[in-house]
Amino acid sequence: MSTLLEPFAAHYNHWVTIFLMVSGLYIVIAKDNMIKKLVGLSLFQTSVYLLYISPGKILGGTPPILDPRFAVYSNPLPHVLILTAIVVGVATLALGLALVVRINEAFGTIEEDEIFEERGVEE
Amino acid sequence: MSEGALLLTAAAGGRGLALGAQLPALQVVAPLLGAILCAFLRKGVLAWAIASLVTWAMPVVALALLWQVQTAGAISYAMGGWAPPWGIEYRVDALTAFVLLLVSGAAALMMPFARKSVAGEVDGDKQAWFYTMFLLCLAGLLGITITGDAFNAFVFLEISSLSTYVMIALGRDRRALVAAYQYLIMGTIGATLYVLGVGLLYTLTGTLNLVDLGTRLDAIGMTPPVLAALSFLTVGISLKLALFPLHAWLPGAYAYAPSFVTAFLAATATKVAVYLLVRYLYSVFPLVRMLSEVPLFELLVALSIAGMLGASLVAVFQDNVKRLLAYSSVAQVGYIMLGVGLANEPGLTGALAHLMNHAVTKAALFLAVGAAYYRLCTVRELTTLRLSDLAGLGRQMPVTLGIFTLGGLSIIGVPGTAGFISKWYLALGALEHGWWWVVVAIMASSLIAVVYIGRVIEVAWFRPAATALAEAGRPNAAMYLSMAAFAALTVYLGFATEWSVGLAGRAARMLLELAP
Repeated sequence: MSTLLEPFAAHYNHWVTIFLMVSGLYIVIAKDNMIKKLVGLSLFQTSVYLLYISPGKILGGTPPILDPRFAVYSNPLPHVLILTAIVVGVATLALGLALVVRINEAFGTIEEDEIFEERGVEE
Repeated sequence: MSEGALLLTAAAGGRGLALGAQLPALQVVAPLLGAILCAFLRKGVLAWAIASLVTWAMPVVALALLWQVQTAGAISYAMGGWAPPWGIEYRVDALTAFVLLLVSGAAALMMPFARKSVAGEVDGDKQAWFYTMFLLCLAGLLGITITGDAFNAFVFLEISSLSTYVMIALGRDRRALVAAYQYLIMGTIGATLYVLGVGLLYTLTGTLNLVDLGTRLDAIGMTPPVLAALSFLTVGISLKLALFPLHAWLPGAYAYAPSFVTAFLAATATKVAVYLLVRYLYSVFPLVRMLSEVPLFELLVALSIAGMLGASLVAVFQDNVKRLLAYSSVAQVGYIMLGVGLANEPGLTGALAHLMNHAVTKAALFLAVGAAYYRLCTVRELTTLRLSDLAGLGRQMPVTLGIFTLGGLSIIGVPGTAGFISKWYLALGALEHGWWWVVVAIMASSLIAVVYIGRVIEVAWFRPAATALAEAGRPNAAMYLSMAAFAALTVYLGFATEWSVGLAGRAARMLLELAP
């Protein structure tokens, strides 16, 4: 039993990443509600943050502050990268929500199927 | 030396403040600062003036960079003075300089058109914000091209994408909002897949510098994680460059964006994404061409041909003029990616030359459509331009529709226009592989182009006029200037190919490591 679970337990961070990634992408594809789609998109982006951050943690490593008492440090670079990516993600979500507000004003609905039916957006 | 000067020298990596050495930074910093200025000015005319000044300066810088590269070889610029591969490197080689010139040149030639066209389509209080977004988008596109850092490219990709979504949403038709939303979803998925691939590469190699990545991946070889990274990168960037069948966002976005935005995006945005993919496939993963178990290049050729034929066929049945041209753009991206997939010297030369030739041609076409729309809007309420709206317009606006016809001929690939040259090289590249059926596909796609361009020409020149036009609504001289510039280039590049094929060939030989 333990041998079966071992690969899962050793790399559980990757399994969480993959689960978030796939469920986020599924929500984007399967839902018609534009807000729900954005939630899925955010989940999808968040999974990538995890992919970067988790290998940056080195077992037994300390925060990367130079000190003669420690020799092993965690890698700070992924955190810096993901800070940037989080900013990008927030901007994307904000812009997406703003667009949904305007779409609601213009069409009176935020369900994609209703918008397409009502006035043939695709022509 | 004062403290400020000392700081500046330090920031320049101790290379002094000679302007010639700082040119790579200018390509990104100038549009970014211009964008902030535009946001503070709040006046449409002033913002346009600032945007024009910045945009006109960029091709000058790009030309200077091109000259530096041709005389002294590739330029490596340490952003902020942090030496690569730890700091962010801006790297300019033959390919980078070519794409920089293409993007900045196209933007500069379009600016005279922008003033009137944007004033006609975007509300007065939003115009300054519009130019802010335009400059941010330009900074992002130039940044993707010039940066030698994989993650930095992602940030620039998102800067250009986010500003593009805003510009599309400013279109007059309410469907522009839905198009912008859909592009936001697809574009973000593409960018996230890209950053996923970069993350895997970083975990594998510990570096983000593209040159450094290339050497380290050479040592690792094509292991499964590297292939996973490659596939995430390829799919992510293919979404951004609208490779068939990942092109679903493009027709809506092009059809409902303001005319100027459509022309700008058609000439630059997909081109920069193609550049990024070429950079990865040829510089970062040089081994992938020798790989037999993953037929990536064959797949690219197959998808490109499907796009060339499929998207052209769909274009034939479009009623919305900009949507018709958008599907034609998907087909033309197919031509470009075909050359990338052929992976030999004439094929890659044709692909890179088609970046420029198609940019020039499509800009002429979309600007002509924009001018027609501008004039029709002065006499009646129009949110989008249908084919029937163009009826008889040829006699009322002979210059505009003449430019459209010329652009159409170049899309078809008539000898004497830019489009012919690149198709010729693509055909040569296909024949070098002995793939005569690819040449047949190129011919077939051109024939379908005759049909969809022919439909517009028939309606515009051979039908009775649908609308009586007022003399007052004529596009101004500046708009004609932009259109004429692209039309002239379409013909010029059909005869003199030093700027298109010459530069593209040099970049292709560098990528294929045939020449220094």
